[in-house]
Amino acid sequence: MTQVTTGKPVAQEAQEFVDRARASETGPVGRFLQATELDTRMLGMIGALLVIWIGFDLLSGGLFLTPRNLWNLSVQSSSVAVMATGMVLVIVTRNIDLSVGSVLGVCGMIMGVTQAILLPRYAGWSLGDPSIWVIALAAGLLVGLAIGALQGFLIAYLGIPAFIVTLGGLLVWRGAAWWVTSGQTVAPMDATFRLMGGGPEGSIGATWSWVVGIVACVAVVLMLVNGRNQRKRFRFPLRPVWAETLVGAVACILILAAVWVANSYPWPAGTVRKYAEANNIILPDGGLFIAHGIAVPVLMAIAAGIIMTFITTRTRFGRYVFAIGGNPEAAELAGINTRWVTMKIFMVMGFLAAISAAISTARLNASTNAQGTLDELLVIAAAVIGGTSLSGGVGTVAGAMLGAMLMQSLQSGMVLLGVDTPLQNIVVGIVLVLAVWLDTLYRRRMQ
Amino acid sequence: MDQMHTPLVELKNISIAFGGIRAVDDASIDLHSGEVVALLGHNGAGKSTLIKILSGAYKRDAGTILVNGEEVPIANPRDAKKYGIETIYQTLALADNVDAAANLFLGRELRTAWGTLDDVAMEAEARKVMGRLNPRFQRFKEPVSKLSGGQRQSVAIARAILFNARILIMDEPTAALGPQETAQVGELVKQLKADGIGIFLISHDIHDVFDLADRVCVMKNGQVVGTARTQDVTKDEVLGMIILGKCPPGAIVGPGAMNLS
Repeated sequence: MTQVTTGKPVAQEAQEFVDRARASETGPVGRFLQATELDTRMLGMIGALLVIWIGFDLLSGGLFLTPRNLWNLSVQSSSVAVMATGMVLVIVTRNIDLSVGSVLGVCGMIMGVTQAILLPRYAGWSLGDPSIWVIALAAGLLVGLAIGALQGFLIAYLGIPAFIVTLGGLLVWRGAAWWVTSGQTVAPMDATFRLMGGGPEGSIGATWSWVVGIVACVAVVLMLVNGRNQRKRFRFPLRPVWAETLVGAVACILILAAVWVANSYPWPAGTVRKYAEANNIILPDGGLFIAHGIAVPVLMAIAAGIIMTFITTRTRFGRYVFAIGGNPEAAELAGINTRWVTMKIFMVMGFLAAISAAISTARLNASTNAQGTLDELLVIAAAVIGGTSLSGGVGTVAGAMLGAMLMQSLQSGMVLLGVDTPLQNIVVGIVLVLAVWLDTLYRRRMQ
Repeated sequence: MDQMHTPLVELKNISIAFGGIRAVDDASIDLHSGEVVALLGHNGAGKSTLIKILSGAYKRDAGTILVNGEEVPIANPRDAKKYGIETIYQTLALADNVDAAANLFLGRELRTAWGTLDDVAMEAEARKVMGRLNPRFQRFKEPVSKLSGGQRQSVAIARAILFNARILIMDEPTAALGPQETAQVGELVKQLKADGIGIFLISHDIHDVFDLADRVCVMKNGQVVGTARTQDVTKDEVLGMIILGKCPPGAIVGPGAMNLS
């Protein structure tokens, strides 16, 4: 009897309880987040980055938030950021890649040897020949892809744990990098190739930077409009217009602000003088202000980020990557060829390591066999700080890139403050652990 | 049921061994369209293993599978789905970190003209099918790990019926459900049966499935004890088959039946 009569009220009570719980969540902040559909985790990361930047700026007496430092920061972050975009996929599928630093080393070595020794000697092309940098770059990218394919094959088809395969890779490819030239450093690089490393020549200048910025803003607006139309097409709930406008406006302001910063960093006086002499320009008294604009490696990193974001969120492959990370058995039962997907992930990772090799080789204007040493740890740290969960299934490319930026900010901030290298390592190590702990707390609260 | 018709699906002399243990030993079973066959037995009797062979999750060591009288090669889950064999696994086999629509279309995503995922169309389809199964379901944006047991179950069921299954395998479909949801699943089984879909219901609890099933097939130690039409046997007799391996007179004796000589 009692059971029959109490059955319904209990259910109702539960319903009311749920509703109240929901109502309490939606304070002004909650409502704002709901309307804009922003990712709170990402906002937290951006907040942390801002705190670090402002903190270092205050401590260094205004040296940190200068166009020059921010520009350098962007260039220094790009190599790790490119690789971090791939590491997200690797970690999301519950794998790890410890070999990326060594793969970077061997690919950089091959690019260097191809353009500085092989092609001039055997094909008779000299540095500066237009096809030399293309062939060198392609050779390095192919080697990266092949190494990734080999490691991916061992992991996916032979079932050797990724940790072991890539730990072996860490040693093998570092040794291979040494072997290419018996440890000799190769220099100099082709002038066109060197553009990928940044510097005054490797930047696109003020005008093109504004063009890139405006194109990016237009793209943001188009994406928002397209998303809204798609939702209308299927009558899904829409974001309020003010929220759409706000998101679009903030994104555009950030893009244009970044361009403005890049355009506020002038070429050094010496470079300007040489440029003026070469082009028969008479230098005015105050010197000539030629802006760097966005650096080529930064553009490459942004492109890698956009392409990898597209791949992870808009393609089947990306969907499968996340499904495998969430439940490998379910993915297999759903008919996904999980082995092939895993192998492809490592191929992407190898390819991205080769792109980073191009960036760092060009930046150094040399390939050395120590290049990329310990980069694997920075890359993994960037992905993990950026919210990629080591237990799999969770992570974003944008987060990993922010993570790379954050790590680099810490490092270059401490350099500005004159902190010793050992202490730098200690701080970076502590920050890594702290960031993951905070993330664990955050996730537990979201559950 | 007219036994003269070609069965919708027929498993013949299926065997599989894992490291020397014969999980399924020379098992044969068939299913007609619009029929519900309950596959019963203790935990570890080989029911789930047999059915995973049909759904392509395991590769059989011996035996043949016929769909509509024709032998079909089923080596992986994709093959099975190609022949209209859909499975609701005991574990549900959901990717917990993605949302309901992504799970419904996992492995069979809808794509736009450019080959990218058409998330909006998938969500619209998901809303349609979930509206039929579980009208109160609204949490389309959340990963399925945040859903309740019943909601997760309805996602798994929706995935199986979304692609016009001809053969549906339900492995312990009500194990995680309350009485009301169990009744809903019962209704759904009747409805699908009326649509001409053949259904394998797997359970270790006879009370769950006896009233829904047209026939029962009992397994023990990897072998088929016997098959019987539910109207020819009583629940107690079927319990005898499950526990003792004793075949009652109304059943067709299988290789796993207790030798009564």
